[in-house]
Amino acid sequence: MDAVARRRLLMLGPLGVAAVGSGVFWALLLRMRQGTYDPHALQSMLVGKHLPDFTLPGQAPSAGFSNADVNSGPLPALVNFFASWCIPCVEETAALMSLRQKGVTIWGIAYKDRPLAASGFLTRYGDPYHRVARDADGRTAINFGLYGVPETYVVDRSGIVRLRYAGGLSSDSVNHMILPLLRKLA
Amino acid sequence: MIPELGHFALALAVAIAAAQAVLPIVGARARDARLMGAAPALAVGQMIALIAAYGCLIWSAVVNDFSVYDVAMNSSSHEPLFYRITGTWGNHDGSILLWCLVLAVCGGAVALFGRNLPSALRARVIGVLGIVSAGFLLFTLTASNPFQRMWPPPIQGAAINPLLQDPGLAIHPPILYTGYVGFSIPFAFAVAALLEGRVDATWGRWVRPWTLAAWCFLTCGIALGSWWAYYELGWGGFWFWDPVENASLLPWLTGTALLHCAIVVEKRETLKTWTVLLAIATFSLSLCGTFMVRSGILNSVHSFAEAPTQGVFILVLLAITIGGSLALFAFRAPAMAATGVFAPISREGALVLNNVLLCAICAVVFTGTTYPLFAALLHMELSVGAPYFHLTVVPLLVPLFAAMSVGPVLSWKRADLLPALLRLWWAAAIAALIGIAAEFGLHRSFAAAGFAGAAWLILGAFAEVIERIRLFRIPLANSWARLQAQPLGVWGAAVAHAGMGVTVAGIAGMSLAMSTIVAMTPGQTIGFGGYRWHVLDIRKVPGPDYTARVVDLQIMRDGRQVAVVHPSLRTFTQQKQTVTDTSIQTNLLRDLYIAPGGEQGGKMVLRLHVNPLAAFVWLGALVMALGGALSLIDRRLRVGAPARRGVVGVPA
Repeated sequence: MDAVARRRLLMLGPLGVAAVGSGVFWALLLRMRQGTYDPHALQSMLVGKHLPDFTLPGQAPSAGFSNADVNSGPLPALVNFFASWCIPCVEETAALMSLRQKGVTIWGIAYKDRPLAASGFLTRYGDPYHRVARDADGRTAINFGLYGVPETYVVDRSGIVRLRYAGGLSSDSVNHMILPLLRKLA
Repeated sequence: MIPELGHFALALAVAIAAAQAVLPIVGARARDARLMGAAPALAVGQMIALIAAYGCLIWSAVVNDFSVYDVAMNSSSHEPLFYRITGTWGNHDGSILLWCLVLAVCGGAVALFGRNLPSALRARVIGVLGIVSAGFLLFTLTASNPFQRMWPPPIQGAAINPLLQDPGLAIHPPILYTGYVGFSIPFAFAVAALLEGRVDATWGRWVRPWTLAAWCFLTCGIALGSWWAYYELGWGGFWFWDPVENASLLPWLTGTALLHCAIVVEKRETLKTWTVLLAIATFSLSLCGTFMVRSGILNSVHSFAEAPTQGVFILVLLAITIGGSLALFAFRAPAMAATGVFAPISREGALVLNNVLLCAICAVVFTGTTYPLFAALLHMELSVGAPYFHLTVVPLLVPLFAAMSVGPVLSWKRADLLPALLRLWWAAAIAALIGIAAEFGLHRSFAAAGFAGAAWLILGAFAEVIERIRLFRIPLANSWARLQAQPLGVWGAAVAHAGMGVTVAGIAGMSLAMSTIVAMTPGQTIGFGGYRWHVLDIRKVPGPDYTARVVDLQIMRDGRQVAVVHPSLRTFTQQKQTVTDTSIQTNLLRDLYIAPGGEQGGKMVLRLHVNPLAAFVWLGALVMALGGALSLIDRRLRVGAPARRGVVGVPA
């Protein structure tokens, strides 16, 4: 290769770098649109692992439950942290009720909530839960690595957490994420 | 009505920009004087249309026209007038319109100040700016129109993000954008030169003032952003290697390199291809910095978190602008041959070293910033943090700083290193003494090395001036006369280099910062960092659109009161968002920095920092920009040069 040809090739370098860069951005944008890539998503250490050990008292009239109960109950299932004092929790009740109507098992954990306030919340906005337990001091939440309420975990048939969703569920996220995942896991 | 006028002005700007993109370039190719002569008029016309459009947007915000979606989402009648105005660029759509406005002002500036450019070059430069304008204006008009109406209009707007309600941040976007977009002018010159197939000394002479002006604004913009993060976000640091911060640093690095190698083109007519490539790269990185952040691909505290729907449009625009110019470069640049030759040890050689190191830092930061994206593509989840950047950037900074003082005392073409170094012996000796003293006094090697480096940079910066006036080698009176005869450009370079030294001193000082977290009740006193911190009271204070929990904190040293500060937690009633209002008590040599963290059972959690030399970090940046400004008003640069004062006059 002579000097001129080498020089020509060298000058093509920057264009090549730009082309690779735009290819990557293009692919990521596509994935963002499909919902398979979310740069703002919170990764959970729990994903791919079993639920942490816990045994929690019930939120009357429901009986309490433990991680063993979740694993031996109907699977796949959802574990949902909520609190009566949290606004997004109120907003997500509709989405949770629709999941319940589709026969999805949801285990509820009332996070740092007074029993009366929690039961008032359930009567006012509906009770989508299979069982409701109380995590009064928030220790189980720490073991889950809870970022805030509400938060939802999807547990597959072998008891492994497949998804952590931080924030309130909407009909959009239920239809595009939770239900397709549950169908895949069933 | 007013928003519709703004909408119309925006549409008009698109039409003018389209004409500006086509006519002058065709005219320059056909050597048609009339078509080329239309270029300045079109550029000024586009500028006026966009000033009108932006004026309409500001007007809508000022009169609280909540039927305009953008105003309804980002403004409210409870806000002070100042924030209603600045709120227009505190959101996605408005900020893109501001971006286009600055670009149009750049085009207008070339048209107005570039009267003595050759008409073909001026036509091409304005035409290239028109191409860029047309694309982004079309995007604004179709995909992110700030004049969109909403029906029914809400009674009250949603108000600006409280974090942005801050004078520093309010003026940050216009300054940063002027810096980013200012690099469109060197870019346009580069593409025009590629179209013409000619780069010569006069070209370098025209490009340099524009580059310098943009560089000054970008320097101030970055410093302002970093300062805001320091006092408003309440994290206590000044640089977090956040993707958005890095995105602004990348064009600054290549822009600094461009600034230096434009000198080589001007003085020695060599490094031409490289200069053209740097001009393209700098504006490309500016574009990526502005728009990749907006597309939401990069995860950052600063981003507007936009939906990716607009992302594809932007990506296509970027691909056309960047890819097009680089393709032209690949096609035309091989024909451009260097004329000047120089030895490795020479002023040119030092500037090449500067370029190599700056670009290496740029590459390292770029890799660290985008690597998580590449990893995400391969379904790996990772983030690149400060340790990576410190480990990779610092080793490159050391030779850069070492060379920064040596380069200016070398002569052009060919120089001897040893005599040059001997001229700097006093700077090296003082720097070494300071370093040794700091090491023995502080027992912190990083800080000691930093202080030595800062001294080396500041002293070395003025070595060239001292050399030029032949201080102590000729009678002092003669030296004084020579000093007065020195062109401002020499002072500019010295001041800018010294500014870097000031910043380095600040960074070294910040590496000695101490911090602690305490929970305190009224009446309580603790000792920390050589001070006594005494909480006088914790009280509730209502604000215009927030309520605040204010801590009255007395800071004592050796039994004497240093200051009483009032940091607070502001809860904005409408947005239900709590913002930390940190208190910083500074005497320039150290900052006492107090950030309240929240209340727990009657106790206020406070983060206390003692930050030595913190103010120097931003002061240094200001000094750098001042050096650039000094250089800009140098008469030598103005002779035959289009820019008198660069892009000053951008509406803030």
